[in-house]
Amino acid sequence: MNIGFELIRKMLAPWLKEASLMLKLGLAIVITIIALSITAPLLTQYSPIIKVGDALRPPSTKHLMGTNNLGYDMFSRILYGGRTVLTVVVSATLLSMCIGVPLGLISGYYGRIVDRIFSIIMDSMYAFPSLILALAIAAVLGPSMVNAIIAIAVVYIPTYFRMVRGQTLSIKSLLYVEAAKAIGARDLRIIIKHILPNLLPTIIVVFTMNIADAILTEAGLSFLGFSVPPPTPDWGADLRAGHEYLLAGYWWLVAFPGFMIMLLAAGFALVGEGLNDILSLRGAEKR
Amino acid sequence: MIELEIIDLKKYFPVQKSFLERLLAREKQFIKAVDGISFKMFSRQVFSLVGESGCGKTTTGRLIVRLEKPDAGKIVFEGSDITFADEKQLRPLRRKIQIIFQDPYASLNPRMRIGEIIAEPLIVHSIADKKEAKEEALKMLENVGLTPPHMFYRLFPHQLSGGQRQRVAIARAMILKPKFIVADEPVSMIDVSLRAAILKLLMKFKTLYNLSILFITHDLAVARLISDTIAVMYLGKIVEIAPTEELIDNPLHPYTKALLSSVPSLIRRKREKLVLKGEIANPINPPSGCRLHPRCPYAESICSREEPKLIFYGNNHYVACHFPLVNRRY
Ligand SMILES: Nc1ncnc2c1ncn2[C@@H]1O[C@H](COP(=O)(O)OP(=O)(O)OP(=O)(O)O)[C@@H](O)[C@H]1O
Ligand code: SF4
Ligand SMILES: [Mg+2]
Repeated sequence: MNIGFELIRKMLAPWLKEASLMLKLGLAIVITIIALSITAPLLTQYSPIIKVGDALRPPSTKHLMGTNNLGYDMFSRILYGGRTVLTVVVSATLLSMCIGVPLGLISGYYGRIVDRIFSIIMDSMYAFPSLILALAIAAVLGPSMVNAIIAIAVVYIPTYFRMVRGQTLSIKSLLYVEAAKAIGARDLRIIIKHILPNLLPTIIVVFTMNIADAILTEAGLSFLGFSVPPPTPDWGADLRAGHEYLLAGYWWLVAFPGFMIMLLAAGFALVGEGLNDILSLRGAEKR
Repeated sequence: MIELEIIDLKKYFPVQKSFLERLLAREKQFIKAVDGISFKMFSRQVFSLVGESGCGKTTTGRLIVRLEKPDAGKIVFEGSDITFADEKQLRPLRRKIQIIFQDPYASLNPRMRIGEIIAEPLIVHSIADKKEAKEEALKMLENVGLTPPHMFYRLFPHQLSGGQRQRVAIARAMILKPKFIVADEPVSMIDVSLRAAILKLLMKFKTLYNLSILFITHDLAVARLISDTIAVMYLGKIVEIAPTEELIDNPLHPYTKALLSSVPSLIRRKREKLVLKGEIANPINPPSGCRLHPRCPYAESICSREEPKLIFYGNNHYVACHFPLVNRRY
């Protein structure tokens, strides 16, 4: 068995290098953007919500990414916009994880009628395209940061639920869970000590992948005017404001926010993929 | 004293089918894994359940520790009926009845340290606080021969060999000082050279704690080494029960005799060999009457019509056969 494993490892070696490269690249992107948005006040003297110069100026040494139609500094809006995007997206994904994971554990562990009810609700939510569902919720709640967080969080609950439920179903019939039952462990202990830790790697992977997806959903929401209200800096909102000027040749109004949205989403997706390869391989090693 | 009594215990598993098959099938089908078995176990004895793969040994063991819910029958442990006890009623009993599983590679949580695994029963039953539990676990590690205990305490299961893992499983089962152990083929997945040591360890705890052990095995030679009584199972039924030496010297059931014939060390020179024809039958539709009749060289017409009952043949010897081998002994 060991020889077989070594063989597989050798065959996978080039891929593995690639996997760790993916992870490194992803982490570099993500960490840089996070650092930039945290240190924004040190990097620019301009406030993102005050007119600091002429409107619609192209990038220059004074305004690195130009100014927008209101004369706000775009570079500053990009930096501070990163804060908004990260806050909304990370809080939303954390929130859906905190709801989806326990529901999935309960559903998978206890089965029966509870499972039926949860599964039907979650499946019908999952059937909606994420942006449309988020839009519907945000439209009902009204545009604000908290409401955007709630809308996005609701959209991703089924992702966690389905993954956790499925894995719980298979883990709960494993022998070590039966062994825990045989020593008299209560359900709560079995779920927390024996099932959850074995789910953690997958949860982490899904979490990062989810952030990548949520970035696009958030951008969509704010592009359509259902996220943070103006003048709060936000990439999606800037994209919306700028696209009217694109045909007139003011490319910098959409290019920078659009690029940042794609870059951040790609960064998290790379981290997710990279982690997935590493964690699933480590799982294989442990068996 | 009777430690455990099993009366007409049954467990049927529904056969998993695809949607189409379920539509077409007239009625639900069941695997009759355990189909009405009865036996008594005396305290401080080792009682072995022997039989080929799939005859229902593991299911019997799991029913007794109530990891499985019986469909019918009775399980009486130390005088109290635990057949349909719920988890809450079972909790105090789980301190007294423990199980050692066949597969030490699957029975230990890969994300817990060895020490935590062994100490867990003490925590679960609030017998010790964290510190006391750790001390107990370290003592236990020493007791099961995993030394130095401080080193093993911190390791994870994947860092141990199969034999070492089974020692951990034994330590976890023994730390509650149980009265009754189900040992489900505890050495069958372990390197042959290490088996004797694991069995010896089990026997050490038996004397230490005055344990009763239900020992499950497919290997009559192993059963003979350690058990006081042996029961032979075939297709969900017990076909013969007798004290160990009696069973090996005087098998009354053709199936027992065939099992003995396949173990070189147990072949008696004066006894003719018995080789059964055919394969073990399908547990979904077991043969009518005596389940061995399509394969039994002594079968007569009554065998396919009437199911033989387990009857007393003297010397604590019970057999379920219409034509036991009493007169064909040698
Ligand atoms: N959970 C289950 N669901 C469905 N069928 C089962 C289940 N557990 C056991 N069976 C079936 O019941 C029968 C008896 O199984 P059991 O594991 O008790 O046999 P065994 O004597 O322990 O065999 P082995 O020597 O292979 O361990 C088998 O046919 C098996 O396929
Ligand atoms: S009852 Fe008949 S078929 Fe069954 S073992 Fe005895 S002789 Fe053979
Ligand atoms: Mg078995």
